[in-house]
Amino acid sequence: MSGTVLWATVLGGSLGCYLLKLAGLSVPAAWVEQPWVARVVDFVPAALLGALVAVQAATTGQQLVLDGRLVGLAVAALALALRAPFIVVLLLAGAAGALVHVLA
Amino acid sequence: MSSPERSADRAATLRDGIGLGVAVGLYGAAFGAAADAAGLNLWQAMSLSALMFTGASQFALVGVLGAGGGALAAVGSALLLGTRNTVYGVRLVPLLRPTGIRRPGLAHWVIDETTAMSLAAPNRALGRLAFLVTGASIYLMWNAMTAVGALGAAALGGTARAALDAVVPAAFLALLWPRLRRSFPEAAVQRRVALGGAVVALALTPFVPAGVQVIAAVVAVALAGRPRATERPTAAEEMA
Repeated sequence: MSGTVLWATVLGGSLGCYLLKLAGLSVPAAWVEQPWVARVVDFVPAALLGALVAVQAATTGQQLVLDGRLVGLAVAALALALRAPFIVVLLLAGAAGALVHVLA
Repeated sequence: MSSPERSADRAATLRDGIGLGVAVGLYGAAFGAAADAAGLNLWQAMSLSALMFTGASQFALVGVLGAGGGALAAVGSALLLGTRNTVYGVRLVPLLRPTGIRRPGLAHWVIDETTAMSLAAPNRALGRLAFLVTGASIYLMWNAMTAVGALGAAALGGTARAALDAVVPAAFLALLWPRLRRSFPEAAVQRRVALGGAVVALALTPFVPAGVQVIAAVVAVALAGRPRATERPTAAEEMA
């Protein structure tokens, strides 16, 4: 991806996200507070973040790949389940990924 | 005129807002590192934090780019996650009563954390204060730590790069995790939708251009079923 396209992505995405925020302070509440709109908005983050976790951890391009990232993710899940602080979760995941890289 | 009780409330609001900014700053460093890993330069990473300023959308945009996705898929996933802020804005209107020139300014800080802190405040004055303090504190820390993360990640080599590759999916999981906890409204449904999103994305990965599978995963929202008749959760519960 060229630098120009990358900048367009950064600035276009930023403008769009800003307009979504501004819309909330500007449009009549009734437009937004319909049950099915609320339902979709409540669950979009779970669907997209679930997809991003999977894509980041187990794919490269169009291929499914099993490597240290998946081990790091498993360690992170365990740390989160044990209520470890965010920084500890990331450090443990990174350490696991690095270890697999060294051993593999 | 301010009674001791009221100044104690104000002090607590200031303390909580600033504390939250410091905590969220750590996510800023993770975002800077993720942006670097995705091939963005320092200025692009910092522009996202300064101009987009909504964490999940920023992570999604660089996540899709990092997976080799195109500009439309990257922007599309950021916008889908940004729809949350529209709903937050609607809930904040009675509290902020934005008018004239202040409306576009206040809008920039409408995010998960400022909404939760404002709506949790005991009255309108403290709600406004919470919005401004939390917004300012997070904005400063988020931007500063983005730079730290991006510069730090750029200085890494070899094994440290492999560590960073493993940190990025963990950061996404940490972003998702609060929604899956038992205390979150309809946590079981959230888990089902998140798992559905992951399965759809992995199943589509070999067949669609990189990044498109993330947007397509939004169909997993259908697993949530019809709207319930019950009261909607408060923003404070949503980010618990």
